[in-house]
Amino acid sequence: MAKNDELKKTSQIPEEPEKKKKKSAYISGRDSRRITRFNRKVTKKLEKQRAAANKNPDLYMTRMRDQNNVVEFDNVCTYFFTDIGTVKAVDGISFDVPKCSTVGVVGESGCGKSVTSLSLMQLLQRPTGQVVGGEIRLNIGNGQAYNIVNTPMEKMQELRGNSISMIFQEPMTSLNPVFRIGFQVDEVIKLHNPDMTDEEVKARTLEMLELVGIANKEGVYSMYPHELSGGMRQRICIAIALACSPGIIIADEPTTALDVTIQAQILDLLQNLKDKINSSIMLITHDLGVVAGMADYVVVMYAGRVIEKGTAEDIFHHPAHPYTIGLMKSKPVVGKKVDELYNIPGAVPNPVDMPNYCYFRDRCEMHCDMCHGKYPPEIKISDTHIVSCYRYYEEGQILGYPKTVNVEDL
Amino acid sequence: MLKYSIKRLLYSAIILIFVMFIIYTLMYIMPGSYVEQKAYELASKPGATKSATEWLQDLKRQYGMDKGLIMGYFTWLGSAVKGEFGDSWKWQLSCTQVFSNRIWYSFALNAVTMILEILIAIPLGIHAARKQYSFSDYFTTVFSMVCISMPTFFIATVLKLVFAVKLKWFDLTGMIDPRIHDSLSDFGKFLDVAKHYVLPVITITVISIGSLMRYTRTNMLEVLNSDYIRTARAKGVPERKVIYSHAFRNTLIPLITILGGSLVSLFSGAIITEQLFGLTGIGQASYQSMVAGDIPFTMFYLMFISVLTLVGNLVADLCYAAADPRVRLS
Repeated sequence: MAKNDELKKTSQIPEEPEKKKKKSAYISGRDSRRITRFNRKVTKKLEKQRAAANKNPDLYMTRMRDQNNVVEFDNVCTYFFTDIGTVKAVDGISFDVPKCSTVGVVGESGCGKSVTSLSLMQLLQRPTGQVVGGEIRLNIGNGQAYNIVNTPMEKMQELRGNSISMIFQEPMTSLNPVFRIGFQVDEVIKLHNPDMTDEEVKARTLEMLELVGIANKEGVYSMYPHELSGGMRQRICIAIALACSPGIIIADEPTTALDVTIQAQILDLLQNLKDKINSSIMLITHDLGVVAGMADYVVVMYAGRVIEKGTAEDIFHHPAHPYTIGLMKSKPVVGKKVDELYNIPGAVPNPVDMPNYCYFRDRCEMHCDMCHGKYPPEIKISDTHIVSCYRYYEEGQILGYPKTVNVEDL
Repeated sequence: MLKYSIKRLLYSAIILIFVMFIIYTLMYIMPGSYVEQKAYELASKPGATKSATEWLQDLKRQYGMDKGLIMGYFTWLGSAVKGEFGDSWKWQLSCTQVFSNRIWYSFALNAVTMILEILIAIPLGIHAARKQYSFSDYFTTVFSMVCISMPTFFIATVLKLVFAVKLKWFDLTGMIDPRIHDSLSDFGKFLDVAKHYVLPVITITVISIGSLMRYTRTNMLEVLNSDYIRTARAKGVPERKVIYSHAFRNTLIPLITILGGSLVSLFSGAIITEQLFGLTGIGQASYQSMVAGDIPFTMFYLMFISVLTLVGNLVADLCYAAADPRVRLS
């Protein structure tokens, strides 16, 4: 689970030598008890608040800022209240997913990409994982929108698989091993279209299987997942995700677990489907090549924050943030011979104990005097291009600082 | 499937021959055998004409113990294959007769216990897994640990003290109430026996639910954290259906193996509990036979248990294949 990933990251990150604070790798018994007590208090309170908000449609029905967006993330803060402290996995991120477009979300492992998508699906493991601040607005048409953060579970179950669907990164384990493929695809169609007869459901399923390029659709319909290869299973997962024509499909590293030729096939498939269906795709990956090929817009995340966003053109041809520039330098280029690929020095700061200045400063080769101040604001450097870096402080238009939530106030 | 079953049964037959040989050897070399006891008894009778050693030789010939270990075993095996298990030395009846007189009391005890165990342990395990680290999870965990840790005789004694001695709801031991049993109608007789089964059933259930509950919880937790459960939730499947359809089908696979394997426990009796509550079941009979060195009955009973164990394993494997489409028997 995402939570575990975060934990793993924390334990791997070496302590910064200049820090005078006590080592966070070791927690005394008293601290551990204090954290546990605090977590219990906070999560209980948050669960109570959520239960209250769930009952009140005024709190979960909202309006989109721009009707042309399918999803708007507005200063979302997703924290995990773990035994070693509060992990700010996602801390004040804002970006939009416009209609019928592909948004690539890139960043290294543990930077909060998956947590962002799980927040959108309300699939975080509660009560440990909580969205403590901000709004996630999902457009449902006629000028109305859900604020996913406060949406009650029953409504969420109607939205999942119907308005938002998700393709996971592990096709080998994402299908239930004891049910036939046909049943698993039928299930999602039946759930969201209770009026359809069984024949119609089956016809729709076969249509979906054909759409994702399965030749032997009748045969596959009655097969079990273990009888299919990884690529085939990922096609089934895509079929399940597309079955109810959702407004947005989250593809969470859909090709990570597949070998390169199958990766290419799956990406081609997604690319073709994008044109056939009127859905947006939120493509989460750390493969820059994939993003370059598919995305219209790119969001670059680092340590739980968006550090740069813009069109694919902006990010790939005019990267502004030193981290993005580093990323671009570190990818291999065909036809260009180098002895050693570039790598960004240092490591991500400890997510339990984030610094109050720019998270990238200690690894940054271009840092300036202003970088010693507080975390940089979002700065607009062109109509589509936004970056959080003090290097553009003078020339760009300052939009605002990401709002973090002080857990002590909760 | 059929071919596989036949192959397994043939293997089982070979295993059985060796298992029975080990049991026969153990019975044969056990000190203070039935024949010896009998010889001393006859020799010490007033007016005994022969000494104990002479009686021993006579009796050994009489009971077929003079042929030696290997020959003795094969003689037993030869007649056992024909379905003749001989007469029990202790009970003075044919082994099958003793068995059929006793087995149903034990079967009833174990069947009721097993049903209760399944009905209590599996829902508790699922609940504990769903609410991991909650109060009810810790409570069931501690409770089941306490139950597993307590020895049978302790629980039995406490139950007897509370319900039989203090509250006088039940009798201390026995299968029936001898004062009124004969005057009761058939249904009344049944209720009388059922009443005497309450404490033994509680004793065995309390001891056995712990492990099944923990097993269910562990498996359920593993399944609930798996990717396909997240997929099911992402499809919008209601939580109840996620738990009881998607997750439970997967939890069931290891549970079936356990329960299929416990087929044997239905018939094996409960030696300690039956002894403590004075139930005339198969467990008590086998215990007394073993203490008395009654080779024919012990051999018959242990053979029955061995056959059941082997068949139980086969049944568990077949159930496993039926529950899990990934398993192919070949």
